[in-house]
Amino acid sequence: MDETIRDVLTEHGRLAVDAGSIDESTDLFASGMTSHASVNVMLALEDAFDIEFSEKMLRKSTFESIAAIRAGVLEMKDA
Amino acid sequence: MISITEEAPVVSGSSDVARRMARIADEISGPAADEVDQQGRFPSETISALRAEGLLSALVPRSLGGMGASYSDLSQGLVSMGRQCASSAMVVAMHHIQVASLVRHGRNDLLRNYMVELVDRQYLLASATTEVGTGGDVGSSVCAVDVADGTFRLEKQAPVISYGRFADGILATARRSADSPENDQVLALCRPLELELEQVGEWNALGFRGTCSPGFILRASGDAAAILDDPYGDVSTQTMLPVAHILWSSLWLGIASAAIDRARRFVQAEARKRPGMTPAAALRLADATALYQQFADLLRCSVARFEDIQDDPDRLSALGFAIAMNSLKVSSSTLVVDVVRQSMVICGLASYRMDTPYSLGRHLRDSIGASLMVNNDRIMGNNAQMLLVHRGE
Ligand SMILES: Cc1cc2nc3c(=O)[nH]c(=O)nc-3n(C[C@H](O)[C@H](O)[C@H](O)COP(=O)(O)OP(=O)(O)OC[C@H]3O[C@@H](n4cnc5c(N)ncnc54)[C@H](O)[C@@H]3O)c2cc1C
Repeated sequence: MDETIRDVLTEHGRLAVDAGSIDESTDLFASGMTSHASVNVMLALEDAFDIEFSEKMLRKSTFESIAAIRAGVLEMKDA
Repeated sequence: MISITEEAPVVSGSSDVARRMARIADEISGPAADEVDQQGRFPSETISALRAEGLLSALVPRSLGGMGASYSDLSQGLVSMGRQCASSAMVVAMHHIQVASLVRHGRNDLLRNYMVELVDRQYLLASATTEVGTGGDVGSSVCAVDVADGTFRLEKQAPVISYGRFADGILATARRSADSPENDQVLALCRPLELELEQVGEWNALGFRGTCSPGFILRASGDAAAILDDPYGDVSTQTMLPVAHILWSSLWLGIASAAIDRARRFVQAEARKRPGMTPAAALRLADATALYQQFADLLRCSVARFEDIQDDPDRLSALGFAIAMNSLKVSSSTLVVDVVRQSMVICGLASYRMDTPYSLGRHLRDSIGASLMVNNDRIMGNNAQMLLVHRGE
């Protein structure tokens, strides 16, 4: 799962750092992900995991790190 | 039975702050408005009057010595001021947007003490968010703050800083450090002794001429604690953007209100000449009045929407709220032009001429600026992006 998340970030996150090797708690917004890019990341995650983030998950905090994204994806998979 | 009232009470059941702003607008801003516009000069008499009554710190909480006014109070006050002089009202609105950001996102001792000082000295604050190189994309910065030994340094090429020369402090966006990506921004309070402004060019614009908004090279330094505690992204989402859109819309409603007043007076004067015959323009007045009502009610609801959740960062950060506040800006900047144009069709040549009680040239010129200050297409582009994932209300 983490690998897929990192792939999505590499392709859509527009990070100033390498998404393949950053720490899972690194702040993605502080690493160059714009809110514009975060929307694309969100869309790609939904496609990759076949989920739909609920309205209450659509917060900056859901996408602020790889760990936060993983928690969000798991929550939506269980929903 | 139709009741005839000369003036629509824009400010009904208003608070003390709104009433005092309305009085200053009527007695001081209004009489100076044409001169401020023609000469493109700073509306100093309005700012002095607000200062004298402590109204520049209206939004500062009582615990810090301010008035603790609500956003609806201030909104009403700005409607009244916008009716009389849109340039004055724009200066006042921009100042309060900066104060709101400081009050809500400046928690450290230096910034708290600065708020107390602002109340005492009635400082006027300006804004430098736009930058040469990023245009209206205020979510990105080229410049960066350089922080070393507890001191920051900043140089910014700002294409527009309204009343920069008259301000007692400027809030400027910049990247957090020289290594930060363009969207990792902070907001730094730049204060006079440590601030140098080199003016670039003149402000000779179509409207909002009294805002005196040329470009500047801003060079600032100071205690690193003068950088707001929260990242600019949060300040923008939770405060600057909603407050700016509400306060700008308030003064734009004031412009529309002045226009529709003239249209109403024009139609009523026609009606008095031939009682029994409804003037042809009355139908168009009815149309324009419906448009004005849409505008006024949209603003009122939007202010309530913000006030309901103003202390809940999570709800302020929700997509639906951002989309609503962006829509408010785009709608009201469009409605103001529509109402002014309709009013001009109603008053005809009397509004086109610059020297009649029905003149609307200044209002039309000012109203055009609304859709350009942070371009509506840019704002709609942001909404378009958010709507790719928004789930609806
Ligand atoms: C009266 C007034 C006072 C102002 N005062 C201040 C102030 O005190 N401080 C300050 O910092 N700024 C101030 N501004 C600047 C303002 O906030 C805007 O940032 C500025 O007007 C944008 O400039 P622009 O039109 O050149 O740039 P842009 O916003 O870049 O627009 C230029 C053109 O590009 C198009 N465009 C570019 N990118 C996009 C995109 N992504 N999506 C859609 N369209 C796009 C726009 O549609 C437009 O046609 C003021 C502006 C006005 C009118």
